[in-house]
Amino acid sequence: MDYKSSELLRFTTAGSVDDGKSTLIGRILYDSKSIFQDQMEAVEASSLRRGESEVNLALLTDGLKSEREQGITIDVAYRYFSTPKRKFIIADTPGHIQYTRNMVTGASTANVALVLVDARNGVVEQTKRHAIIASLLKIPHLVVCINKMDLVGYSEETYENIKEEFERFASKLEVNDVHFIPMSALKGDNVVDRSINMPWFGGSTLLYYLENVHIGSDHNVIDCRFPVQTVIRPQTDEYHDYRGYAGRIAGGSFKKGDEVMILPSGFTSKIFKIDTFDGELEEAFPPMSVTLLLEDKIDISRGDMIVRVNNKPEVTQDIEVMICWFNEKPLQLRGKYAIMHTTQDVRCMIKEVKYKMNINTLHRDLEDLEIKMNDIGRISIRTTKPLFVDSYRKNRITGSVIFIDEGTNETVGAGMII
Amino acid sequence: MNYQLNHLKELESESIFILREVAAQFENPVLMFSGGKDSILMVYLAQKAFHPAKIPFPLLHVDTGHNFPETIAFRDALVEKTGARLIVGSVQEAIEKGMVTEEKGFSASRNGLQTVALLEALEKGKFDAALGGARRDEEKARAKERFFSHRDEFGQWDPKNQRPELWNMFNGKKQYGEHFRVFPISNWTELDVWQYLAMENVDLPSLYYAHEREVFERDGVLLANSPYIQKKPTEVVKKMMVRCRTIGDVTCTGVWASQAVTTEQIIEEVATTRMTERGGRTDDKRSETSMEDRKKKGYF
Repeated sequence: MDYKSSELLRFTTAGSVDDGKSTLIGRILYDSKSIFQDQMEAVEASSLRRGESEVNLALLTDGLKSEREQGITIDVAYRYFSTPKRKFIIADTPGHIQYTRNMVTGASTANVALVLVDARNGVVEQTKRHAIIASLLKIPHLVVCINKMDLVGYSEETYENIKEEFERFASKLEVNDVHFIPMSALKGDNVVDRSINMPWFGGSTLLYYLENVHIGSDHNVIDCRFPVQTVIRPQTDEYHDYRGYAGRIAGGSFKKGDEVMILPSGFTSKIFKIDTFDGELEEAFPPMSVTLLLEDKIDISRGDMIVRVNNKPEVTQDIEVMICWFNEKPLQLRGKYAIMHTTQDVRCMIKEVKYKMNINTLHRDLEDLEIKMNDIGRISIRTTKPLFVDSYRKNRITGSVIFIDEGTNETVGAGMII
Repeated sequence: MNYQLNHLKELESESIFILREVAAQFENPVLMFSGGKDSILMVYLAQKAFHPAKIPFPLLHVDTGHNFPETIAFRDALVEKTGARLIVGSVQEAIEKGMVTEEKGFSASRNGLQTVALLEALEKGKFDAALGGARRDEEKARAKERFFSHRDEFGQWDPKNQRPELWNMFNGKKQYGEHFRVFPISNWTELDVWQYLAMENVDLPSLYYAHEREVFERDGVLLANSPYIQKKPTEVVKKMMVRCRTIGDVTCTGVWASQAVTTEQIIEEVATTRMTERGGRTDDKRSETSMEDRKKKGYF
């Protein structure tokens, strides 16, 4: 196995116990030999103690005491497995409690979303909700797993009907890449191994898809964005005049010699050096963490952004966002919140709530404008200082903000810039 | 140009980002150093994050007094090499001061007592962020842990009320007296750590490689023979080729029969093993939720 050429893929699953989500994850881990013997033994013993007839694979992911007691998943759980081709990070999010908060969290960094459909029930409200969130969060690839095919006699007609129903609904969403797979997580059909029960299905298995889906274009490599995290000044004899701007590339490709502009000052300079512990680089691209050195001495600090002269983000204090609300205390109109955007830390005021979105139907509610926990809505805000923003559609990093309650310091909302 | 990093470089970049966020968002961070491979990786990543400057925070070792001697020798050499500042918190001292009571009996371990010494050291140093090398794949309670994990003024973890973490924004805001635990290598697995250490040629203590050692078996786990463990009459000491998969206090760290003497052989072994690395940790086996229970109280 050549681990030096293996890629990282993050995917999210959403659903409740009834969809067979835990069984699906258990199946992927089990069939890809990612469950360890002592973990399996612990789960077997625990299932037995609870008087359950079958090994409860959900116990593998539900790690907290109260989750085990209540038989529910409370929080996003992260699971890991790898094959010779890729390493996978699963953000496993619960379907019921705090669903928006957890699904949005899991979706924010995912390359692929798995949406589970019970073949007996077809496209239901929860399926739509998952697909809408995946589309709002701009997950590049969506896989609709039509599960429990064993319970509908592996019927091709059922599969085609559900696929058609989902496509009709998805035409209203912004999802570019949708893939359908009929499967039985319980029996193992089309998860890791090809199903012998569904010879009519010509597509790939779920694992094959996850191993091969093209994720090279998931980052924006066109619009150069470098939010400065911190300034590195060794102040030693050897590096007396060293002044490096440390950060993670949020977009585009930076090359040595490139002419760049610093925001908010507007000063221009050239990249003198792209430095790392392992030596100098000729070019750097997302999501690399590097240190940029410029030809000119300019006052630059955390929160500034280095961009290309002819390709700048919007510099503005008035921003429109789709907000997902996480807190029991509803969003306060005219209220003030701390916000984080890239490496900037500012305050904002909520100017207007434009509408609330029904996340089961996409319907815009213009009457009830109170944004409560698990609600999603469109708002406009004004910030205390200009931010350097792109639309979320263009760049998931420079297009996102989080809202923080200034009294409790809790993260209360997540916003996607329109 | 192929704009794609391999998975190890992507994990490295994520960890460096977190380390730099800590340096930028907190006034007085500290890196918890146990001497194990994960904390050695953390020190290495911190060197990368702030190169060519020195690591801008001290290392904190909570010493149980029951260490493998190799761990301490390695720690001191690493401190010398990186120029980092070392702070030692002592469990022995906490016992002498009467802050904690030593466990008695066959399974006595100072592992649990570390929490008190750790919280004491954090308070004494007025540290507002403690960086740790815990990984989510290690243990089921750790699978729910955040990168930036908020602790109240008692150092407690409230797993049901954690701040959501979205995109790459980490909210480190806190009240006076509260602190954060930060876990930059959350997304790494044991195999990733080994592959990365091999790729980067990072030095490790000899304990990780197969060597001959006096061991005895207890509850299916091999333990190193040491004066700190009371043996039962039925427990027989024998010599075997073994290696450590994790390094903690001698009293609770199991060793594994192994012939792997190079990093590549270890990768091979880890890739095919059927047991998790904490499968040898007797401290995790005390109950189904022993890690969660300890973490809520402030254990690392």
